[in-house]
Amino acid sequence: MSVYEILFWFLTVMALSCALGVILSRNPVNSVLFLIATFFAISGHYILMNAQFLAIVNIIVYAGAIMVLFLFVIMLMNLNADTEPQKNRLIQLAGVISGGALFLVVLAALRTSTVNVLEQTSTDIGLIKNLGKTLFTQFVLPFEISSVLFLSAMIGAVVIGKKEEGQTA
Amino acid sequence: MELDLMFILGKIILITVILLGSLGIAMYATWAERKVAAIMQDRRGPNRAGFMGLLQPLADGGKLFFKEEIIPDRSTRFLFIMGPGLAMLTALMTSAVVPWGPDIVTNSGIITLQVADINIGILFIFGVVSLGVYGVMLGGWASNNKFSLLSSIRAASQAISYELAMGITLVAMLMMTGSLSLREIVDQQHGFWDGHYFTWNFFKQPLGFLIFFVCALAELNRAPFDLPECESELNMGYHQEYSSMKLGFYLFAEYINMFISSVIMATLFFGGYNFPFMDQVAGAVNPILFSVICVMVLLTKAIGFILFIMFIRWTLPRFRYDQLMRLGWKSLIPLALVNMLITGVVILWVIK
Repeated sequence: MSVYEILFWFLTVMALSCALGVILSRNPVNSVLFLIATFFAISGHYILMNAQFLAIVNIIVYAGAIMVLFLFVIMLMNLNADTEPQKNRLIQLAGVISGGALFLVVLAALRTSTVNVLEQTSTDIGLIKNLGKTLFTQFVLPFEISSVLFLSAMIGAVVIGKKEEGQTA
Repeated sequence: MELDLMFILGKIILITVILLGSLGIAMYATWAERKVAAIMQDRRGPNRAGFMGLLQPLADGGKLFFKEEIIPDRSTRFLFIMGPGLAMLTALMTSAVVPWGPDIVTNSGIITLQVADINIGILFIFGVVSLGVYGVMLGGWASNNKFSLLSSIRAASQAISYELAMGITLVAMLMMTGSLSLREIVDQQHGFWDGHYFTWNFFKQPLGFLIFFVCALAELNRAPFDLPECESELNMGYHQEYSSMKLGFYLFAEYINMFISSVIMATLFFGGYNFPFMDQVAGAVNPILFSVICVMVLLTKAIGFILFIMFIRWTLPRFRYDQLMRLGWKSLIPLALVNMLITGVVILWVIK
């Protein structure tokens, strides 16, 4: 096995097991930490594909900012494993059925798909220079529209979060 | 992929030297802090251990190592231990992309004084800095103490708020340099005067540097932004439950961070290892000596920044929390945006 393959399998196992850890651990703080580890594994995959910019932005945005906010909420609410409410039987049954259905669909999709050999030739599209050029020439319209979308979401959040006039609480 | 054994060995030596160097400088930064405080308050400061108290950091370290290790009963044990480790790890990781000196060209090959010249250098630093919050947050939460939790949440929200302004300042910088690699940014600031204007970025981005410096202070949790350690409101801060070397790691990580961020400010804005008349000096001495001079120049700049940060700590009073947030969101971010706009206008219409 080459270094590339060893790294690939290591990162894959890490990503999948950490992702399982997110849903299996009972303590929400542990779930968040597993999710952060998953992001690191995915960033590792990006680096293997020579997409350094995506890798680091994934870490800055998701691990560095969004997950910190998640942790905030969880820590302030002080959720623990023993405060988790007991689900009733009907919900559990519905969960099992829908999960099983999803599993079947995924299994069916996986059966018919062919396994592609890892492509190891390094591409330069993930480097920041090429990515920027592509984004601002070929995909400039979708890029700008998505930025407007972010802006509107931000304004919406400010409007919701703002206190109403005369209300001082 | 053939990996050269010599290459790996060289990198390992370089990493070891850099890590030990940063640890040593951070150690003596604690001594310098106490001396600076003493001088500014008309005291003598540490003067018992060794000449001028120079052995004081070793005595402190020894004391911390031999203290009793206490892990609170109701704490989350694993995270409680991981907290200081993470703080230390993120503090040391940033040093990997800093170019410490120019390449040394010898007969047997080129020696690079940089661990990794990746083409996303600045973003790497930014990423590691944004991860630095976790050490504080996890430590504070795992202590299972309300004061620690409040303090760590303060620290984290402060760091997130000031990261934004810092990022926007960096955008303005990058528009000018056109590269994210720290090596290239330093090379662009070669010498001091290029015949028309100063080469150092500080003279091209003075407002940017000011914002960056304030944000760096806030990220470091240094005075006047040391709210997470505000003892009058929060007993001691997020490390209240910590003892022995775990506490030492938290305190020490702050000093390492201070050193590394000083180096980064020197690299980004004050020319890194470049100095006036460096071409003449390079012609006069042999290449190895020249590299040593360059490294010394960078370290001198960094130490200057460290001293400046210390003077600020012992001069200015602490901000109140709402003042801190107002400064970050309502002053620095708009200012950084204006700075970015001006930079864009100048690049588009004046320089072309």
